[in-house]
Amino acid sequence: MYPSRFRYEAPRSLDEALTLLRDGGEDAKVLAGGQSLVPLMKLRFASPELIVDINNVPDLAYHRQDPDGTLHVGALCRHAELERSGLLRDTQPTMAAAAPLIADPLVRNRGTLVGSLCHADPQGDWASVTMALGGSVIAQGPAGRRAIPVADFVTGPFQNVLARDEIVVEAVIPPAQGTRAGGYLKLERRVGDFATAGVAVALELSGELVAAAGLALTGVGGSTIAATEAGQALVGQALTSAVIEEAATLAAAAARPKSDHRGSAEYKRHIVRTFVVRILTAAAPAAGPADAADAERAA
Amino acid sequence: MTTVYDDLSDEESGEVPVSRIKFSINGRKKIAEVEPRLLLSHLIRRGLGLTGTHMGCDTTNCGACTVLVDGRAIKSCTMLAVQADGHAITTVEGLATASELHPLQEGFKEEHGLQCGFCTPGMMLAAKQLLDENPDPTEEDVRWALSGNLCRCTGYQNIVKSVLWAADKLREGQS
Repeated sequence: MYPSRFRYEAPRSLDEALTLLRDGGEDAKVLAGGQSLVPLMKLRFASPELIVDINNVPDLAYHRQDPDGTLHVGALCRHAELERSGLLRDTQPTMAAAAPLIADPLVRNRGTLVGSLCHADPQGDWASVTMALGGSVIAQGPAGRRAIPVADFVTGPFQNVLARDEIVVEAVIPPAQGTRAGGYLKLERRVGDFATAGVAVALELSGELVAAAGLALTGVGGSTIAATEAGQALVGQALTSAVIEEAATLAAAAARPKSDHRGSAEYKRHIVRTFVVRILTAAAPAAGPADAADAERAA
Repeated sequence: MTTVYDDLSDEESGEVPVSRIKFSINGRKKIAEVEPRLLLSHLIRRGLGLTGTHMGCDTTNCGACTVLVDGRAIKSCTMLAVQADGHAITTVEGLATASELHPLQEGFKEEHGLQCGFCTPGMMLAAKQLLDENPDPTEEDVRWALSGNLCRCTGYQNIVKSVLWAADKLREGQS
């Protein structure tokens, strides 16, 4: 299969890329990892007239942490870099749990976190993970940069709020107020399939107590779902089994799954509930970091 | 050098945009003129005549078209040929030398790692990246590294054994 014919530009600077997009009209698309866009173009679901390939734009392939704990992930940082990252392993348990579960190893070598967010697939894993962490994307356009919370960035399946002359240059995760805990679990029929259901939990713990909590759900609605009430039920609490059960029930209630070939709506809701229980049980301080990691692998 | 491709004349547009790219394939430097919508898998199979890279699903699922770009295993059906500009491509044809099979190829032979053989080149290249980065992988490491490559014959058991065989052989060679 071939994509429709398009004009191809591979700018060597961000300014040049922005100019190309501005002049490119309605039908210009930014190409980063291409692991969603290229398949869509081959199937002719997308037929852009202009492709602006940003792979030659320097200084976008980073992920780094500021002294205050803010994490930045550049537009060309591949999933594989995040999967190997010691920084994430040490400081971002939810992201570290998600990185090896993105697609498959071949796609992870090429695809990017920022591209995944922009693609806005309701079954995209990074959208739930960054939403649970209260993350934002930084969009650059002719008027400069603006930060858009991930929760506001995606407006529906495959839709985001970017203007056509804007590029997302990085994703940003704010610093934690306490000790980070949490995880990401996803049910898939086989590696690389879209999620039947996925759950991201990002906690900030202060001793035994939950200081802040974000929960978000993958693949159980028309877009990524923030399970806000489930998060609120955790704040100020210790992770006892009663508290965990309540959060799991609220998260399952927030899911809006549809029955399809991956499972019935009821089944997917049950998976959400089960995953919330597993992640929170493993995150409870008594379990300790080593036990938590084991529990996640076993799950 | 002249490169001739099939005319993809499924479109009205008379003007065919063409980009000139420089890249290397299995260590040999090449220059090609490609239409930007040509996929890397097409450039390899049709432009270069290297048909060891197989096209399976053509939808980014199966991994049969796996090649190495700068040492990283990727699906060549999901990368534009024009994006190979300035990069080093390795296909299965680049594994053996004139006189000797690569240990991975030997491993697949010794451990019966293939039946129909369709997925084999992709399996070997995904395994090559693994062994380049981790010379002493566990069985789980191997299964994880190959999890993007589908095989419909073997049940994977012998493929995993083949890669572990190659890892042993490569380590012996170094000691």
